[in-house]
Amino acid sequence: MTTFLAACVVASIPLLFATVGELITEKAGNTNLGVEGMMLMGAVMAFITSYNTGSALLTVIVAVVAGAVGAFLYAFLTISLRANQIVTGLTLTIFGTGFAKFVGQPYLGKGVPASVTAVFAKKPIPLLSDIPAFGKIFFNQDIFVYFAYLICIGFAIYMYRTRMGVNLKAVGENTAAADASGINVMLYKYVHVLIGGALCGLGGAYLSVVRVPLWQEDIVNGRGWIAVALVIFVAWNPIKAFFGSILFGGLSILGMQLQVMGVSFSQYIFDMVPYLCTILIVIFSTSSKRKEGQAPADLSNNYFREER
Amino acid sequence: MKKLVSVLLVLAMVFCFAACGDTNAPADDNGDVALKVGYIFIGSINDGGFTQGMYEGAVASKEHFAGKMDFIYRENVSEDTQEVKSTALNMIDEGCNVIIACSFGFGDAMNELSAEYPDIYFLHFSGAMKNDTNFDNWFGSMEQARYLTGMAAAAATQTNVLGYVAAYPYTEVQIGINAFTLGAQAVNPDVTVKVVYINTWGDAEKERTGAETLLNAGADVICYHADTTASQLAAVDADAYVIGWNYPKNDAGDHYLTAAYWRPEMYYNYALQNIMDGTFKPESYYGTMADGLINIDEISEVVPQDVRDRIADVQAQMVAGEFNVFEGPIYYADGSVLCEEGQVLDRAGIWSINQEIKGVSAI
Repeated sequence: MTTFLAACVVASIPLLFATVGELITEKAGNTNLGVEGMMLMGAVMAFITSYNTGSALLTVIVAVVAGAVGAFLYAFLTISLRANQIVTGLTLTIFGTGFAKFVGQPYLGKGVPASVTAVFAKKPIPLLSDIPAFGKIFFNQDIFVYFAYLICIGFAIYMYRTRMGVNLKAVGENTAAADASGINVMLYKYVHVLIGGALCGLGGAYLSVVRVPLWQEDIVNGRGWIAVALVIFVAWNPIKAFFGSILFGGLSILGMQLQVMGVSFSQYIFDMVPYLCTILIVIFSTSSKRKEGQAPADLSNNYFREER
Repeated sequence: MKKLVSVLLVLAMVFCFAACGDTNAPADDNGDVALKVGYIFIGSINDGGFTQGMYEGAVASKEHFAGKMDFIYRENVSEDTQEVKSTALNMIDEGCNVIIACSFGFGDAMNELSAEYPDIYFLHFSGAMKNDTNFDNWFGSMEQARYLTGMAAAAATQTNVLGYVAAYPYTEVQIGINAFTLGAQAVNPDVTVKVVYINTWGDAEKERTGAETLLNAGADVICYHADTTASQLAAVDADAYVIGWNYPKNDAGDHYLTAAYWRPEMYYNYALQNIMDGTFKPESYYGTMADGLINIDEISEVVPQDVRDRIADVQAQMVAGEFNVFEGPIYYADGSVLCEEGQVLDRAGIWSINQEIKGVSAI
């Protein structure tokens, strides 16, 4: 059972990076449906770097940069040129998928050098990993997993406990008011969209460099879309994102676990559940009057100061 | 003067058209190339799996025919009938007189084109579609190779549990699982084969998770029927053994026992020679160990010498046509009879398998 739960945590990590990335983006008032594309860009560039340089540090840096470059394309089009966010995001997904196929072509079926896999191997944290069950599930993992925990906690503190976090929420909730109160709206949007893209890139790199690790064309395989649904499911809350990712990640591997246990249940049903849950959450949250758990009020609206 | 210029221009234009017409005429300058073959691949030619095997077969076949055969190829063609048709039509425009389509989903396009182009030969991997003149399907008795790899796996296991990462619960995959299990049981009757269906042909992360789930459930040898070598990597990390598939690619070092794979040049050479000789006749080709289309990689020394000898012996019997993988009595896992005592399944019988046999634990 602990082995399975530990596997759930591993399965959740690409989702968690992408979900927090999209969450940060949406908190700044931008819906970026290019998550899948940015994950693939991060995945392929990180893989190529690790294959050619054998450096784990460079791999991580390139993953971050690749995701951020994808996000920059989106940011420039939607924030500066005020293009439609939904269309731009979808385009980014299509672009990222093609880009990954194109530049990844010579690397198909290749593996990651031992110098990189050694750095990203499972490293138990002293003391914490000795906690019965709990330690084995959460603290006997690789450094990407620990980094993902820190990202969740760090972003929760940033969002709820700092002045900048309050400003960020103001930008997403009412961009014009935030602008009037002296917040540099453009800067906030750009920075958070880029950070969001960087995290998506890390999520993709986790798949290609740490988890599998070999290059396959469609390695992200729809996980970016699950992340987009997860953001709604967890009501834009980074701590809930942690548990939501474990839940959705777990659902993606539950079918296999049940098969070896001899229980007959279709994986297709489990693959539907994340979207089903998200639809239900959307129904409940839009019909309730509570403010909390709603999308940022200015989400998907492009801001143009001179318009007012 | 103006008249002269316009006459010259008209003449120039006529020459242009004439020149264009010339390039469209069949270019027979490289005289002794008897056949130009167009290969349509579903994946990339360096995928380390199925398509790479199919491509390297084409290269080997070109060498075999030493100048009499040339080929072109298109990779990453999706199983969309319109896309396949336009790819094949382009190849025919480029002078191909044989089209070899290396994926199940390319069949409908081949079927349609074979009626429209009676002078072109269409050879489709897998499926059952053919006509009487220029369209054939080809496949092979992979069950033979699976049986032999099952013997190797059973000799290497300590836990008596073998893991099988399988794409979909469908006939081709289930034939493989059953043959693998029969081979394993021939060496070690106590062995069980646990199967995880991942419901995709290729998703490296799912394949890896499937292999890990099996390893955690006690399996110490992994066999797989999916596109990538992710299962091999999982076996290495768990210090278990693994059996390759589709292409003899070892990503697992000492953990690699052997692989079951295709050598498609054996079919290419046979069919293309027949086409050259004018003796080609669609026959729904089914290759075997005997003609070499079906093969296993060299077996690791982890497998004890006596078992390796037995495998070589069974392989020799297969080559001689004296060994039947599905020979009764064989029972399905639910107790119903697949094959009665003394009965031998023929090709049609094998391809009507739709469950796992006794000794397999699958859902």
